[in-house]
Amino acid sequence: MSNIPGELKYLSSHEWVRVEADGTATIGITDHAQDLLGDVVFVELPEVGAEINSGEEAGVVESVKAASDIFSPVSGEVLAINEALEESPDLVNNEPYEDGWFFKVKLTDESDLEPLLDADAYSAVCEAEDH
Amino acid sequence: MPFIPHTEDDIQKMLETIGAQSIDQLFDEIPAHLRAGALDAIPPARSEMEIMRLMSDRAEQDSGALCFIGAGAYEHHIPAAVWDIAARGEFMTAYTPYQAEASQGTLQLIYEFQSMMTALTGLDVSNASLYDGASGLAEAVLMAIRANRKSKSKRVLIAGTVHPLYKKVVNSIVHNQKIELVEVAFDSASLTTDLSALSQFEGDDFAALVIAQPNFFGTLEDVHQLTDWAHQQKMLVVGVINPTAATLISPPGEWGEHGADIAVGEGQPMGIPLASGGPYFGFICCKQALVRQMPGRIIGRTVDLDGKEGFALTLQAREQHIRRSKATSNICTNQGLAVTAATVYMSLLGQEGIERVARACHANTNHLASLLSAVPGVEVVSTGPRFHEFVLRLPKSSRLVLEHMELQGVLGGHDLSDTFPELENCILVCATETKTDQDLNGYVNALEISLKELEAVEC
Amino acid sequence: MLIFERGVKGRTATAQAPLVKADVTDIPESLMRKNKAAMPEVSELQVVRHYTNLSRKNFSIDTQFYPLGSCTMKYNPRGAHKVASLPGFLNRHPLAPESYSQGYLASVYELQEILKEVTGMAGVSLSPMAGAQGEFAGVAMIRAYHEKRGDHDRCEIIVPIAAHGTNPATAVMCGYKVKEIPVLNDGDVDVDALKEAVGPQTAGIMMTNPSTCGVFERQIEVIAKVVHDAGGLLYYDGANLNAILGKVRPGDMGFDVLHMNLHKTFATPHGGGGPGSGPVAVGERLLPYLPTPIAGIEDAGGEPDYCWLGEEALPDSIGRLSAFMGNAGIILRAYIYALFVGRDGMQRVSEFSTLNANYLMKKLADAGFDLAYKDRRATHEFIITLSKQSKELGVTAMDFAKRLLDYGYHAPTTYFPLLVPECLLIEPTETESIDEMDGFVEAMTQILKEAENSADLVKGAPYTQPVKRLDDVKAARELDVSYSPQ
Repeated sequence: MSNIPGELKYLSSHEWVRVEADGTATIGITDHAQDLLGDVVFVELPEVGAEINSGEEAGVVESVKAASDIFSPVSGEVLAINEALEESPDLVNNEPYEDGWFFKVKLTDESDLEPLLDADAYSAVCEAEDH
Repeated sequence: MPFIPHTEDDIQKMLETIGAQSIDQLFDEIPAHLRAGALDAIPPARSEMEIMRLMSDRAEQDSGALCFIGAGAYEHHIPAAVWDIAARGEFMTAYTPYQAEASQGTLQLIYEFQSMMTALTGLDVSNASLYDGASGLAEAVLMAIRANRKSKSKRVLIAGTVHPLYKKVVNSIVHNQKIELVEVAFDSASLTTDLSALSQFEGDDFAALVIAQPNFFGTLEDVHQLTDWAHQQKMLVVGVINPTAATLISPPGEWGEHGADIAVGEGQPMGIPLASGGPYFGFICCKQALVRQMPGRIIGRTVDLDGKEGFALTLQAREQHIRRSKATSNICTNQGLAVTAATVYMSLLGQEGIERVARACHANTNHLASLLSAVPGVEVVSTGPRFHEFVLRLPKSSRLVLEHMELQGVLGGHDLSDTFPELENCILVCATETKTDQDLNGYVNALEISLKELEAVEC
Repeated sequence: MLIFERGVKGRTATAQAPLVKADVTDIPESLMRKNKAAMPEVSELQVVRHYTNLSRKNFSIDTQFYPLGSCTMKYNPRGAHKVASLPGFLNRHPLAPESYSQGYLASVYELQEILKEVTGMAGVSLSPMAGAQGEFAGVAMIRAYHEKRGDHDRCEIIVPIAAHGTNPATAVMCGYKVKEIPVLNDGDVDVDALKEAVGPQTAGIMMTNPSTCGVFERQIEVIAKVVHDAGGLLYYDGANLNAILGKVRPGDMGFDVLHMNLHKTFATPHGGGGPGSGPVAVGERLLPYLPTPIAGIEDAGGEPDYCWLGEEALPDSIGRLSAFMGNAGIILRAYIYALFVGRDGMQRVSEFSTLNANYLMKKLADAGFDLAYKDRRATHEFIITLSKQSKELGVTAMDFAKRLLDYGYHAPTTYFPLLVPECLLIEPTETESIDEMDGFVEAMTQILKEAENSADLVKGAPYTQPVKRLDDVKAARELDVSYSPQ
């Protein structure tokens, strides 16, 4: 069973988002997603300063045999990207919720968070996929 | 039955195993009314001997001329070893190296090919090849548009001196994606890209500038100035080059202050016969930063479970079989067999050998140009530095002159009149290292006789 | 060892380069190459030995049974190669005048006629250089057709989910959106889903028949009607044409356009991954849009006079796709193959490839392998699934594939189509004998036993190849794609 932290919000396409006190949202992919992909070899991230919209493609994560689009759970300006992934894409496999994060967005609309899944709901999505 | 090994006994045994009465029964899921009737327009089968005879006669029909046409496909000496090796069944009848362990021959060869192409172009990365030079340029244009994140337009500037057929192919391939090619005028006196014509595009948003070196007319462009200008305008630079010439003249990696970003070209001069236009192969190389925008196959060096060096397809996630509608291209194959031949060719000749070929081509071209400039009424239009082709202006209809030369067994060049109205009665003439002094004199004689014949007709 | 590493600085022991190094005085210094290219510096014998030895590290049709599904790895006749290598053909310049091209043009023209007949279409262009370029040409023609009619709202191409990856990639290259539709459990397209999917936005559908599931699409006439009624056109991906050659014609099934893979159906060599050749054939309504050039005939009585038809003859053409005439030499080889096989031989190709596939399928089923579509006939290929072995023994389709190499057989296609888990797509082709297939079944049976008794043996395979399994992750993470001298 994969690790699904209770304090995060999720998309059924396997992205997670953590909202900090200052309204910064950090986005990455879940433990379940990295497990499905296998060894991650490359992550394509948006440009800092770009405006992205919730539900739209914001990047691509590649393993040897697959490539998946990364959808942003929220809208806003990209504040930072995880540059460490360029040298060490394996961070996505090893620490999907910590040093394997993808990018940070300045959250503009709190209501973006409403349709997102909580840990239980996301867990159900993963279980349904496994069957 | 040609190529089908089954005996009557085999067929019976197989049908029994399957539990079918006849071969035809195996097609019972196909609605009967869809079955094809007799294929009358197809000729009956022939034996190998009959085919050899028929085709030898046809090959003979197309033989015998002394050819001075270049225009994108060049006659070079092909070392005997090149196709002896490439045509080995193990290379020729293998498929895409998906099972890496059983394809190390092809994989290592392509890795070596990629290494030779990066060495020739002075860039960092090469793929395993594309179909041909022209379609390779289309892929380079698409790649530049993906790679240039600073450019928001889907527009590319292309020099008017790029091969006209390449421009057509690029347009056929990219226009459905609403990509616009904007042409830069060339100077019909110098036959190079007009630097003043470029200035009108200053400040405009283009993803890339495409230039050819040597250009279609065989003339050398000031690639350093063009490259630096484009980079100042935040455009990527795509160079269309000739691989033979690249051993002699500045390769894309040395253009301007930072080098070109992408180099493409026709690989045919590297050991591939003219053969009516193919199979050739297109090569494409780029700077390291653009590697993930590269279309097609790429081979990487890695290790096996025991830590032993080996080769495998890599970065496959860009490709259509994984990325489907979001792939960098729909390309699936490369031109493996042609690449095999080219790799052997480049190994045999090396930098020194190919450079000698390039120098011999250059010398022959200059020699022919000087012989022709002595023919009354004929003008060598290309005066600047050139590689192995030049533009010749004829005092009579270029079409008629070429026809008359043809009757004497000389293919005098490629007619430019139709494509370039400003070059009326001009032809593009090519002399590579294969031409002897006797051949060059033969050209001059044929031209002189043709001009006289045409004059006589007019009188 | 790389060819570069065999070299020694200054070695030029080859006879191929011009003996004289000519001076160049008229090119300005700034345009001359500054740093010499780091190319191999080796002797002629070293080159010959190096590449001969490399070739021996390959599996090939000439050396092994190669049942790679969807790739039609049949025997490539030596005669075709020999004929295409006649000096008269090799030395002909692509821009040579027609007076020096009659032999080649006649061959091109006649192949066009043969392909028209065998596909049931109205016109053929041989210029696309591979299957994927043929697909591009086909979809571009569909687009040109709708645009010419002022039908600008058609923005979608429908693709069954089991399709080759080139289909959706091609649709996008032609500026279309892709709509995927499901496939039913018996391998046929879900016609209800298709009916839902079509509409005024539908430009066309791309299909393979037999499909990538290795079964004949029984609903093809219904599908054709649904798509045509919606105003769309039908594209036939000729990847599996070998299964129906001479038996059923795509034109008669209702397709408007198709590409053929001459390197599959017409036995031209695969060359380690190309060159292929992907001619397109069209019905009447797409005739004006065929890519150029095409061989034409001027019949003025007496000897026929062949000519090239370019953009002047076909002003609505989608244009050129290669600088000259596509993979001209491959076209020639395919023509020669057609002469060998002849009128009656076309149908034999599909009959015996189908016989072989059904035989092999039955033998493997009897040996304990699960068929993906057990109630269906095999076409020229079929799918087995190793789902059970993967779950129960931990031995995957990939492990079976790798172990087959140790037994001297090239692996079938693995993990395609994606919708069948742990699958092997197996295509024996008509040129293999019953003995060869029996040997393959024996090897598969042996491997199954090994998987049951010593799974690790299978999981560690291959052992007899020049290398063991390669580290793909290292290859992608620590990209080394060209040699640089120390």
